[in-house]
Amino acid sequence: MTELPLIGEAVAVAAEPRLAGAKIGVVTFPGTLDDRDASRAVRLAGGTPVELWHGDSELGDVDAVILPGGFSYGDYLRAGAIARFAPLMSKIIDAANSDAKLPVLGICNGFQLLTESHLLPGSMIKNDHLKFICRDQVLRVENNSTYWTGDYAAGQEITVPLKNQDGQYIADEKTLDALEAEGRVVFRYVGFNPNGSRRDIAGISNAAGNVVGLMPHPEHAVEVGFGPESLDGIGGSDTEGLGLFTSVLNKIVGVN
Amino acid sequence: MPRIVVDVMPKPEILDPQGKAIVGALPRLGFTSFSSVRQGKRFELTVDGEVTEDILAQARDAAETLLSNPVIEDVVNVEVVEA
Repeated sequence: MTELPLIGEAVAVAAEPRLAGAKIGVVTFPGTLDDRDASRAVRLAGGTPVELWHGDSELGDVDAVILPGGFSYGDYLRAGAIARFAPLMSKIIDAANSDAKLPVLGICNGFQLLTESHLLPGSMIKNDHLKFICRDQVLRVENNSTYWTGDYAAGQEITVPLKNQDGQYIADEKTLDALEAEGRVVFRYVGFNPNGSRRDIAGISNAAGNVVGLMPHPEHAVEVGFGPESLDGIGGSDTEGLGLFTSVLNKIVGVN
Repeated sequence: MPRIVVDVMPKPEILDPQGKAIVGALPRLGFTSFSSVRQGKRFELTVDGEVTEDILAQARDAAETLLSNPVIEDVVNVEVVEA
């Protein structure tokens, strides 16, 4: 435990002042759960979070976007299927595919949104064991050259919480082979596959590396006292999810 | 009022975890004749007035874009049912 207060102001620890100029939009959909946690993670990483509403028609001047976890539209139809057609999503899809390569991170329901939007290939179906699962999960960073993983070492193992019901990542063999060959498997489950995902895939990226989606929740492992280490002691640290947020901030200000 | 019925099923090559759970439960209730179950979805789209070719085409389009995810599901049937 360090001197950072367990509950209190979300103050970035030893962040570079120039990161504060980077604005990360966090989108709230009806049924979103983890938008405030994602915003807090951005602030703790040293950046400036910007609240975005799914019904907005403009993205504004944000430098990156996070699609947070939750149950948009109650997971009705398919997880992420209705939210994918929100007015703001078309702006995000265009910006992510543009030459400007807007960085986009989808966490859990956000990952499901990215596959429904076809920004990322494949899809998520119900966990193979059919149960909701919530645990601390070890992941290996397979690709540290994406916009969201530059602050990790290649092959680094991190522990972050995982909580989902529709977390089984699937794609056809050809797509999986292409993802592997192009280094687009960004995170892989280590030690235990919690949902039957093909090839233990926990997270993937698009070809350019600006769009990343993952099922586990790095935004829940950014603060001492609230991460895996404090809960059950299995993790190496409470804050191993913070790297995704510092990575994109450093990318935006031109360090990575 | 006429309705357009859209049936969506998981693709044959995709393991259907829900269907698998159901087939496991059937013999416990004495239903022993079924070796496999696949669970799909049925949508009923109500139309105010006559179902024209254009409206049917819209239903097929909606079935492919919103009602199903072509990565994991097939639209297996789109048909008009008179009320």
